[in-house]
Formats: sequence, structure tokens, C-alpha cells
Amino acid sequence: MSAPLLSVEDLRVSFRTEEGVLQAVDGLSLELAAGEILAIVGESGCGKSVTAMSLMGLTRGANTKIEGRVKLGERDLVGASESELLGVRGAEIAMIFQNPMTSLDPVYRVGEQIAEQIRAHEDVSAEAARERSIELLGRVGIPHAESRVDAYPHEFSGGMRQRVMIAMALSCSPRVLIADEPTTALDVTIQAQILERVMELRREENAGVILITHDLGVVAEVADRVAVMYAGRIVEQGTLDQIFYDPGHPYTWGLLGSVTRLDRDRAGALPSIAGAPPSLIAPPQGCHFRPRCPHARGRCEQVPPLEQRDPKAAGHLDRCWLDLEAKRSLRQVEGGIGLAPAAEAQA
Amino acid sequence: MSSEPGPLLQVEHLKTYFPIKSGVLIDREVGRVHAVDDVSFELGDGETLGLVGESGCGKTTLARTVTRLLQPSGGSVRFQGQDITELSQRKLRPVRREMQMVFQDPFSSLNPRRRVREIIGGPLRLHGASSSKADERSREILELVGLSGDHMDRYPHEFSGGMRQRIGIARALALSPKLVVLDEPVSALDVSIQAQIINLLDSIQDELGLSYLFVAHDLSVVRHVSDRIAVMYLGKIVELAAASELFEGPIHPYTLSLYSAVPVPDPKEGRARERIVLKGDVPNPSDPPAGCRFHTRCPVATEICSQEEPPLADYGGGHLAACHHPQSIGAARIKRASRSPASPESSARRLPAAGGAR
Repeated sequence: MSAPLLSVEDLRVSFRTEEGVLQAVDGLSLELAAGEILAIVGESGCGKSVTAMSLMGLTRGANTKIEGRVKLGERDLVGASESELLGVRGAEIAMIFQNPMTSLDPVYRVGEQIAEQIRAHEDVSAEAARERSIELLGRVGIPHAESRVDAYPHEFSGGMRQRVMIAMALSCSPRVLIADEPTTALDVTIQAQILERVMELRREENAGVILITHDLGVVAEVADRVAVMYAGRIVEQGTLDQIFYDPGHPYTWGLLGSVTRLDRDRAGALPSIAGAPPSLIAPPQGCHFRPRCPHARGRCEQVPPLEQRDPKAAGHLDRCWLDLEAKRSLRQVEGGIGLAPAAEAQA
Repeated sequence: MSSEPGPLLQVEHLKTYFPIKSGVLIDREVGRVHAVDDVSFELGDGETLGLVGESGCGKTTLARTVTRLLQPSGGSVRFQGQDITELSQRKLRPVRREMQMVFQDPFSSLNPRRRVREIIGGPLRLHGASSSKADERSREILELVGLSGDHMDRYPHEFSGGMRQRIGIARALALSPKLVVLDEPVSALDVSIQAQIINLLDSIQDELGLSYLFVAHDLSVVRHVSDRIAVMYLGKIVELAAASELFEGPIHPYTLSLYSAVPVPDPKEGRARERIVLKGDVPNPSDPPAGCRFHTRCPVATEICSQEEPPLADYGGGHLAACHHPQSIGAARIKRASRSPASPESSARRLPAAGGAR
């Protein structure tokens, strides 16, 4: 792999709240290459959205403490000034938000909103920006773009609005696209359309994409690499196949196991993870998953490092003390995670 | 799981229309949203019927009309043999005991100013239980749904989403209903919590012999919980079959494309799969397309589809589908098909010709 497009080193984000300090992101490191789709998966409150927003400096505030480094090429974004960030946001890193209903301004025509972004970063005339908006809307699959460019957001359906968001995100050909649950608010048939669009644009623009989602089906469909987050930390990271067929962290096992599947008949009770995620104000000491983990032991009171466990599996890291053999035998196959028979994973 | 004699719930040609009003001084009705448009189905004792469709297809309206939270515009709902379509609110009360609802959003469906004791005990007291009786029963039910009696004096905000949904379920079960209508009961929850709630619903059903009408947009969840599944599109049922049958041999092209649009959480299978990506959006339900309502997005539509509304044809074994061009089945089965009495009254007499299949 060539030099990464974006690299995050030991990112820590905490918020001061009335109840205490909330450590939303706790030492997160990752790299993103050009033309790659990296999925960050986790349940609500695990810190995946805070991570995404912190990359663009959107979590800055009086009560926020951000440490670590986010490097876009040679530039560090954590230390960057607000005016430097203004030049980066939208132009080099763009973001698509979860809810297309609330992320467009209802009082401006969609074309104006796209053109505004183009003109903020490039010295072009209003007409040229409008032309570009029309072209962009056409590219993301909005029919009759020439007339729809003058429509207001409320005249669009949810799926169409999400396309407008994508058109806006792509307006300045960003190098990195962050998509925070881009299809969660949409129906499956529309979701399929949007995901296809994102993949197409990755191919055409060779941009790196960070896809934040809780839907493992979406991950399996589009991601190249996956990072699993739990309570502010990455607990496992690897290629799509490593995560799905040789998962090394008990939380990943649980996540994979609790998914209902369309292509399987109901097989009794669905394996579920007992309990609920911990509070990030007073997280358990050591491994954060310890209180819910069926395999927790004494040493789990120390935080396990995020390490490669199988010398043959390059890039597959996890944060669990269990040794490789134990992982592969403890991982329940029958009625358990069900997705990865141990034998097949090793083959 | 289903038993034969006399269905618990029988819905016939049910219609729910919402008027669209316009005008400054006088509200004139300028149109109608056909949210539920001539839908018929039955639900047996101990059975789970899944109801799936995209947003705006009328599945929630159907669930609410069946429980008479909304007044139907036509058709009938029979519950335990009794026609409840026209019952007055007062006469509905004893019926409501037997028929409860669990809502989608566990954050907005519990009153934030009431304690758990009042939330669960409320329906009990409404139906005449004394405070001590209500408390006793609430405690019992809380334990059944995996909470404990210690939670009685807490407020909803003290619970996580999954626990709140358990409280919602407990409230629905307090009166020992026969039928529970679940409107997207797990869609607001995380996957690991979703699994807990689905398992809970499953075990409660076995224990109490409940019937579920399970409304959801997530096909994989519906497949996991249902005995039979009805697929809705723009206010109509387009296909209805046993869960396994529906997924092995979907007849309606809409079911097929819905099925193919659901991402499979298994990369290898995902890569091997062919996908049908539907074009466009669901049309406006106040002005639905003529003929088959799906024809504007259907990959196999022909001229007849825009002219004649297809009837629900019975392809044997209770597998109904409303399509002029049935998929995944052979000519022999198409020939043997008969027009189901559940067909909308406005639909054509003519059944699909065997030659129309691919």
C-alpha cells in the first residue's frame, strides 16, 4: 500500500459534561488509502460518529478536548486553525450525514446550496457554479436535473435528498469522503441505489471513503476494510474477509451472531450479547467489553493492545487477550456466530 | 404453529383513506390518500404474521386500523368472530383487553412523567384491578420481560432503549391479550439489543400462546420471527405466503427486488449474488398509478400492467400473489391457480396466463 491518504494517530476526544468527563474516543488509530472504503462499525454511542466529526474538526468546543493527530497528506488537522479547516472541509474532506431530512437548508433551493459550496472553495462565476450543480445532480441520478436544480429540499423524497447531499459532497472532488450512516434513514430499495452510487464514485474519483454504519449487511456489501468500535476504542480491524470469516474479538462474534439473516431459516433463539454498552463517563477498567464478555478473565482488567495475532494475517488486529487457538475454538459456530465455521476460516 | 378452526383475526377488504383538505374558510376535500386500499388477511391462534413494505406503503396504517386506533373507510375487521369495525369506543373496551400494541419508538411511546408502576399498571387499573392487584401483576410481567420488581419506581429516562422497549412490551402484556400488534418493535434498537428483544418476543409467544401481527420494514427481522408474511406496496398486499416459501420462491417482482436489495451480512455470498436495483421512488399514494401499482418501477412490466389491476391469485398452499407476470414458478402451477377471495374488489377477473411467466 502506498502512503496513506489519511492517517489518524492515537485520537482522543473527550467532552466535559455535568456528570463528568466523557471519553468518547479513546486512542484511535487508523489509515485510509485512496480508492478504499473503510467501514467503521459499532452500536450507538460507541464513538463512531464523534470520530468522523472530529476528523473534520466539527466537535471543537469549549468543553471538548481533542488529542492525537489526524494527518491528511502532510497536514495535521487536529492542530489546524479554524480558517485552515474551512479550506479543507468540503474541498478535501467531505461528509454525508445520516439524516437527509435535516441536513439540507429548507429555505434555499438545492442548486443554490451546492453552488454556495463550490463558490466557497473556487473562484468561479455564479453561472459556472450553477452549471456544475446541474451536472452533479445528473451524475448522482436525479432526473431532469436542469429543472430540479431550482427545487427546494421539501420537494424531494428522502432518497433524492440524500443524492443531493452526495452531489454536494462531491462538488469539489474531495479526496476523502466521510459517510455517516448514509442509508440508515432510507428504505432498502433506495439504500441499494445510494450504495451503488457511492461505489461508482469511489471508482471514478479514486477517493478514500470512510463509511460509518451499524448495518453489517451494508458493510459486507461495500467495504474493503472494517474497523469494529466498542465504547470509544477500536476492538478489531482487518479486511472484510478477515472480520467476517476469522473474527478475533468476542464483541465482533456477538455482533455477527446477532444479525438476523434473510437467507437463513429461523434457527431457534438468536444469539445475543447480554447486557448493554457501558457508560463512557465511567467505563469499566481494562477491556471495555469485559462485563459483557463470556470469556473474560483476570487479565482483562488490563487494556489489551490492538495487535496482530495471526502472523499470516497482515493488517488483522484485535484487542483481546485470548490467544489465537483459544479464539478459534471458543468462537461458537453452531447457533453462535454461524457465519464463520472455524475450518473454513483457516482454509 | 397455526391452528385451523376459526381465525383469531379476520380482515376483509379493509380500506383506510385519509382526506386531503384544502381551502381557507371551507375545507374542501380535494383528494384522498389511499393508505390501505382493500386488504384482506387472516391471523390464526399462536401465529405470527409479518407485514413488510417500504415507508409509506400503509403497513402502520393497517396495523392501527386493525386495532381500531384509526377508523376504517370500508371493509371489516373480525376479532374472535366478532365484527369490531363499527363498535363504539365503549364497546371496544373489552376487545382492547385482548388486543394490544407495541410501538416503534421506545423513547416517545412511554410517558416520561410516569413511573414504570403507573405505565404498566395503568391499563390494569383501567380495566378494574385494585392498586395492589395491579402492582402484583406488574411485578410478574416485569420479570417475564427480563426486568425486575426493583424497576417499578423508576422513570423511563432511567432505562436504555432496549429496556424501555421491554417496558413497552410489558405494558402490552399486562392485560393478557390474545393478539399483540407490534409496529416496528426493534427498528430503533441496536443489533445486539434487537436480538435480545426478538428472543424475548419469541419466548413470550411460546409461553403465553400469543398471536403477533409484526409490522417491520426489515425483511431479515420479519423472516426470523414470522410464520407467514404479507408484502405491501402502496396500500395493497402484493404477495402473501408462508415465510420460507416467500423467500424460496417469491412470485411478485416487487418481493424479488425487495429481497435482492437487502444486503447479506456475508461478503462471499454477497459477491455471488445478482442484484436487482429498482429505479425511482414509491409513487405518491394520493395519486397511485392505474392498473398494477408497481408497474412504474417493475422490471418485467408490460402493457397490461398499466391497464388492469391484477387479482391476488392463489398458487396453492396459501401462497397468494397479485401479478400479471408471476416469477419463480412453472407454467403448471400458474395454470392451476385460482382467484383468491382476498383479491381487491377493483381487480381484474382474469388470472395470469401461463405464457406470461419467464
